[in-house]
Parts: sequence; C-alpha cells; structure tokens
Amino acid sequence: MQKHTPFHSRTAALCESQSWVEWSGYMSAQMYEMDHIHEYNAIRLSAGLFDVSPLHKYSIRGRDAVALMNRVITRDASRCRVGQALYTAWCDDDGKIIDDGIVARLSENSFRMSTATPTLYWLQDNAFGMDVEIEDVSDAFGALALQGPTSRDILQRLTDADMGDLEYFHLLETRLDTIPVTIMRTGYTGDLGYEVVAEPDHCERIWDALMETGADYKMLPAGMVALDMARIEAGLLLLDADFHSASDAMFEVEKTSPYELGLGWMVNQKKEHFVGQEALRREQACGPASCTVGLEVDLLALEKVFARYSMPLQLPFQSWVDAVPVYSDGKQRDHIGRATSGTWSPIIKKYVVIARVKPQYAKLATRIYLEQTVEARRFAVPATVVKMPFFDPPRKRQ
Amino acid sequence: MTQSYDAIVVGGGHNGLTCAAYLAKAGRKVLVLEQRYLVGGAAVSEEKYPGFKYTVFSYVVSLLRPEVIRELELAKHGLQIVPHDMVWVPMENGDQLAMYADPASLREEIRRHSKRDADMLPKFNQMMYQLVGAVKPILGYVPPDLTCPGFRGARTLRDFSKHLQNLDKKTFQQFSKIMTMSADDFLAEWIETDVIRALMGINGIIGTMLGVKSPGTAYVLLHHYLGELDGAFTAWGSQKGGTGGVSDAIASAAQSHGAEIRCNARVEKVIVKNGRAVGVALENGDEIYAKTIASAVDPYLTFRKFIDEKELPEDLVSAIDRFKFRGSSGKVNLALDTAPKFRGMTDPAFLRGMMAICPSVDYVEQAYDDAKYGAFSKRPFIDVDIPTMVDPSMAPPGKHVMSCFVQYASYDMPEYGNKDQQRDAFGDAVIDTLSEFIPNLKDIILHKQVLTPWDIEQEISMTEGNIFAGELTLDQLFFFRPAAGWADFRTPIRNYYQCGSGTHPGGGITSGPGRLGALEILRDGN
Repeated sequence: MQKHTPFHSRTAALCESQSWVEWSGYMSAQMYEMDHIHEYNAIRLSAGLFDVSPLHKYSIRGRDAVALMNRVITRDASRCRVGQALYTAWCDDDGKIIDDGIVARLSENSFRMSTATPTLYWLQDNAFGMDVEIEDVSDAFGALALQGPTSRDILQRLTDADMGDLEYFHLLETRLDTIPVTIMRTGYTGDLGYEVVAEPDHCERIWDALMETGADYKMLPAGMVALDMARIEAGLLLLDADFHSASDAMFEVEKTSPYELGLGWMVNQKKEHFVGQEALRREQACGPASCTVGLEVDLLALEKVFARYSMPLQLPFQSWVDAVPVYSDGKQRDHIGRATSGTWSPIIKKYVVIARVKPQYAKLATRIYLEQTVEARRFAVPATVVKMPFFDPPRKRQ
Repeated sequence: MTQSYDAIVVGGGHNGLTCAAYLAKAGRKVLVLEQRYLVGGAAVSEEKYPGFKYTVFSYVVSLLRPEVIRELELAKHGLQIVPHDMVWVPMENGDQLAMYADPASLREEIRRHSKRDADMLPKFNQMMYQLVGAVKPILGYVPPDLTCPGFRGARTLRDFSKHLQNLDKKTFQQFSKIMTMSADDFLAEWIETDVIRALMGINGIIGTMLGVKSPGTAYVLLHHYLGELDGAFTAWGSQKGGTGGVSDAIASAAQSHGAEIRCNARVEKVIVKNGRAVGVALENGDEIYAKTIASAVDPYLTFRKFIDEKELPEDLVSAIDRFKFRGSSGKVNLALDTAPKFRGMTDPAFLRGMMAICPSVDYVEQAYDDAKYGAFSKRPFIDVDIPTMVDPSMAPPGKHVMSCFVQYASYDMPEYGNKDQQRDAFGDAVIDTLSEFIPNLKDIILHKQVLTPWDIEQEISMTEGNIFAGELTLDQLFFFRPAAGWADFRTPIRNYYQCGSGTHPGGGITSGPGRLGALEILRDGN
C-alpha cells in the first residue's frame, strides 16, 4: 500500500502528469507537468520545491550520541559543531558502503540523521552498551527541499532569521511564516538550496506559504525526473543506481567501498575505531578495485554514429540510470567498468555520465569508450574522464 | 604609446566577439572596439528602468551554431538558454491557437481548428525536416564565387548539390517551391487553417520589408527552421538575463583567451595604405594599428563608411549601395507591475511561451500594406515574450518585463512628423493593438521603451535599423551576401575582412559569420 507524505493533499492537486513513483513506500511525484523541463530549468534559474519526506530520519540523543555517531559514520562526528551538518558514508565491517546521508548536530548530545535506507536496526546494533536513545522519527516530520538560485530570497521573505548568515552545511531552528521549522542548507542539486523540516500538522501551511511567496520568484514544484538530472550534474550518487547498499545487496559483487565511489575524502582514518575501519585501511593501502569517475561523451563522435542512419544527433533529454558497459577500446574488447547514470546537461551543454572503472583508467583526460545503442545496434562512443561535479556554481557555497 | 595588435575587430556585437574569441584562441593578440558603453551590439540587456532589465533589441535564440557553443565553451562562460515550449495566438473572435510543444496536446488543439490540418501538420514538418537536412550544411560553408569558384569553391558546390540530390523527388519539388514562392502560398498548399498559416508565415517576413504573400518569402521561412536548441529541431529559447547574456558569454570566452575589449571606442575610418588595411582611426583621433582588421558591422559601414570609395572596385560600391537594409521592424519593451491577462487565454502557463499577435493571414498582410510606402502598421504583427515568467533575474519579484517585437515600421515615416513624433505614434499604435488583446495592459505599464528602425540605427548603428544587417532574402544570401564575388569574408583591401551578420550565414544570433570570418582570417595566415 502506498503511503502519503504530509504534503500529499497539495502535491496531488498539482500533479497534472499523474506520474508518480514509489519512494520508500511513499508516492512521490515524478514530474508535475507533462514535461520535466520547466522543473529542471526552475532549479537552475529560479527554484524548485521538492517533497523529500520519504527520506528516513533518526534522532540520536544522549551522553554517548557523539560516540555512537563516530562508531557508525566514516567522518569525525566530534568535529561537527552544533548547528552543523555532515555529508557522510557509513559502512559494514567489510568496509562496504551501506548508505550515504546527512548527519546534523542539533545540540551537544543530539543528532538527526537522514538516510535513504532504513537504518534503525544498524544504529541500535552499534549502540550496544551506550547511553543513547535512538528513535525513528521518519513519520514525525515532513521535509521539503527548496533548491535554486532564488531559494534564499524566498525563505528570507518568510522568516526573521538572517538567511544570509546560514552557511553551507549548517542548520538553524526558526519560524517560517510563524511555523516552527528546521532549515538546513543542504540539497541534492549542487545549487544554492535548503531543506525545510516541519511537523506533519504544519506541513500543508508551509507548502502553501512557500508556493505563494515562491510564485513571485517563478519557483515551481518539481519532481524526481528533474531532480535526477540536477544531481547527476552535481556529481551526486544515487542509491540503487550508482551503488547498492551493502545491507541490501544479495551478492558480494554488488557491494562497493567509499574509495570505489569517490567518497574516500569522507573516510577519516585518524579518528578512533569505526565500523569498517580495518577493511578500509587495508583497501587504502593497496588501492581500490575500481574508481568512480565523471565522463563527458564525445558528441561529435556520437553525431557520426547517428549520421550512419541519416539521423541528427539525439541526446538523452531525461537522465538514465542503468548499467552500461565501458571499454578501454573502440572495438569493445577490453571491458573496464560500467556507467551507472547519465544525462544531457542543458546547463553545461554536455552529455555527462557517472561511471565506475578500473583505477588505471580513472585519471583525468583519459579517453575511454561508452556503449551507446543507436537504432538497436551497439556502438562504442569515446568519452573523456573529467572532474566531478560537472556543474558547481559558486552560489552553492556563497 | 602606440600599441599594436595582430587583429582589430571593429564592432563588439556577438559576431565581432565571436571572431575575436576564435582569433584569440588561435593565439592572436586581438582588440575589439565597441562604440557603446557595453558589448553586444543588438544582443544586449540593459536596465532602462530601475530594477527592470530589457532584452533591448534581439530577444530569442535558436540559430546560435552548436559548434560555436562547443568550441568556445559558452556554457562555462554563462550561456544559459531556456527553451520556449509553445506559441500562443489570440484570435479576433475570442478563440485561441495554442501551439503546444507536446505532440499529443498539439494534435488535439489543431483538431479543434481543422481535423485535416491535424494530420497535415506532422507531414509538413517531416517535409521541412528533409529540406532543413539538405540546406543546413550551407551554414558551415564559406560561400564560393560562382563565376570563379576555384578548387575549394567547386568542392563546396559539389557537396551542396550532393545534399540536394539526396532528396527524394517529392521533397526536391518542395525545395524548388520554397525557393520561389511566397510564404503564404507555400503554406496554403499544406495548411487550411487561416490562423495557423498566419503564425507559420510570420517566419517568412521577420526582418524583411515584404509581406507573407510576397514571392520569395517562403525561403526566409526555411531559414528560420534551421535553428535548434540542444539538438531539438527549430526550437527557440531565451537566454537568462536577456540576449545580452549571450554576448557576455562570448566576450568572457574571448577574454579568457586573452582578447582585449575596449568600449566607448567608435571607429571612424579604417586606415588603408597601398591597398592594405593597417589600422583604424577612432572618433577621438586615436589611431590603432594591427596586421589584420575585421569588420563585424554591417556592409554599408564596412565598405562605404570606413573605406574611401576610391579604394574599392566600382561594382562592389554599387552592389553595396543596392544592398537592401530598409529596416522593417521596431521594438517596444515594457516594464509591468503584474503579469498581463490576455483575452481568451485559457491557461496562464501559456505566458511562459511566446505570444504572437497575428490573428489571420489578412491581418498580417494588411500590416504590410500599411507600411510599405513608409509608415508603420496601424495594427502590427507583434511577437511578445515575457522572459520574467521563467527568469526572475530580470525584474523585481512579482514584476515583469515584456519584450514586443513589432513588424512593420519603416525607417522614415514622415507623415507622423519628426522622429520623436514618429516614435510616439508608433508606440501608441503598438500599445493600442496590444490592449485589444490584453485589456488590462495600460493599467500595469510602469515604463516603456519604444524603438523604431531609425532609433535602432541611432543606438547601435545598424544601417536603416535592419535587424539582420541587411535583409535575409534569397538575392542577399549565401554567395550574394553582401555582394557576389565578396561573400568569402574577404574584401578588395588586403588584410581587411568581414565577419558581421551582413555576411553568410546572415543575421540573427548565429555567431556563424564571426566564426567563419575568423577561420578565413586564420586560413590566410593572418
């Protein structure tokens, strides 16, 4: 049975396309209009409003809250100040990634963790013997993401707090149009953006207030199709697309480590013991088996493939999520990895792809070959390894 | 101190900047001279009223060459074009025509007007697609001299004829027709609904002093089909912050390669010594020297203003004097207190697209009849764009700017008095016409800017205010642009080149002339 988020009365009324997707048991709008492109443009030009309530949320409180966080996550929770948030991974004993998500420090001894996979059991299991209270607060809050260059101005019109003071990956408790909320400057679009968390009873009012004020800024409600394009441009990984959770994977081969996913920067080997540390230390010493890279597809070469069929170049106007073979050679003999998601990026005017390849092919500017199917025939199209994020505007941090 | 450059580009319009960017990218020391305080020429965004940014002259983008976007990495430099997904036309009887981008919605809408047209429109588009495929490669060619094509010219002609030979028999017949017929006659062979023909025919007359029933306009229609956005056939869109953003992006690309841009520097003359261009003289008396001079301004300025007549062959002089500029369109930019309410518009989301005031073929032809003897249309064709419906950066929150491209208006309209009176009368006619379709318009106007062709010439020196630096009619395209024998970006003066919209592939924000001109300069080793 599909559950409804606290915003459903509002999102359902607006979802002209009737296009919904299941997300953690909730109905989530794929796109509101018949086409996603206005929603995508809103993210980069004005603002998009997303219902992200289906994310799992956990409250961790108590004397040992920092200790528990530090045992679970790969980054150092003790360096996370009150009012700050961390983007971090957590792993199993073998150093394989379970999930990535946001850990926010609400007070000295209190954290809120938002995750894509259910994590209650994992937290409880690791809290054995600790003085800490763990609560699944997923249903206790609704959450919105307001993402785009005008998101700050929109929120500022509705709150007395100075939004200019809220730094990237920080949060504050305030009132939005008199309603108590937590506003966190994070997001999944790589743009200036915020997440707003409120109690379910207040959610409809929050939505209405944002929609009304946002109208002046051409904000649009936006769905998962537009979001997926934006997150690929931002070089952000998606669970069950770019990687699988070690806690759900049925087979060893499906598991990956933070090093393989380009998340090595969030593995803090200097801190005290955390789950997976030993395995990750070993992996760091001998190097990961694969590396996640950004690819830019050579459009002139792709154009030539289409020209064989007297067709003009056709670009993926929606993102794709798939396992696509990657080769070191154009003859498709030497398989070196897989592409996991890709999109035409209207903002950087490039066809960008996230891929996982053998380490020797991960160096910037390496030319490798991506399988592309044109007219039901497979071709190897050259692509170049480039830096991620593909799109990284200064306003994200400013 | 006298500075010297490898190349000076005269005119900081989008083509001048493009040319400079390519030359600088190739390692040349380049200086761009722009007469105004900002670069962009006809692609500028200016705050004419506090808080409101107008896309002053040009307003939409489609023909910008994808290779330029790619080679100059314009996206990195701020190019951000948002596609329009539809065009909406109000009809005199209160009905509407909503040309959706989505094929299913479009079909249903056309069926409301004509079941036959609902079937025919996709067939028409298929046929146009074939023609575009055959003609489009021309955009990247350097036009050969037909009388003396040389090796490269002969290859170009052979390539082109090969593309035409690839057309099937039926499409080739259509090709012959489109090269000769009027836009409306051509369309009438396919489409029966008057309002659809009016809307589609408009593409045949933009920027020319011809009517939709004038022979030769069908080709201009095809020219406007050559555009694309991200590979999407004939799509049009708006640049974030107005078309000035396109110029800024190209300028930024040019500067990143080391090009120098000097504003408030009006060129008076090109200095010619022994048949060779050696520098330019500015209005303020300064002289700047360079090995190569590239003119990105229109052919009249390039040949008749900057160069003494005695330096040029007689046939070129007379060809340029005969070159048709005769600006035919004006612009009205409005700052609005709220979004306008169009009579009969069933969905306010239509405001995100273009609104075209062209309710019938006769309406559009009548507009031409009014103007062809030196006047403006009493009820003109108006192409309305409200960029603030998607781009909040151009006006304060909740407010709007409305860009109105207006055709027809003549360069001189003496029956209305002096130039100020002409402008006022023209502006009033536009607002009155718009008010027929937007009843609340006069109550929400905060500021207006009115530009007749004469004003366009005054502001940005485009001769007679022609938006394409010379009409885009067949007799002025490809090997005739700007003059037979001088369509390959070169001039009779050594080291003096052309790279503006008065050369192939012509006007509109294409960057084609700027790129091809630069490549020819480099080809000559300059």
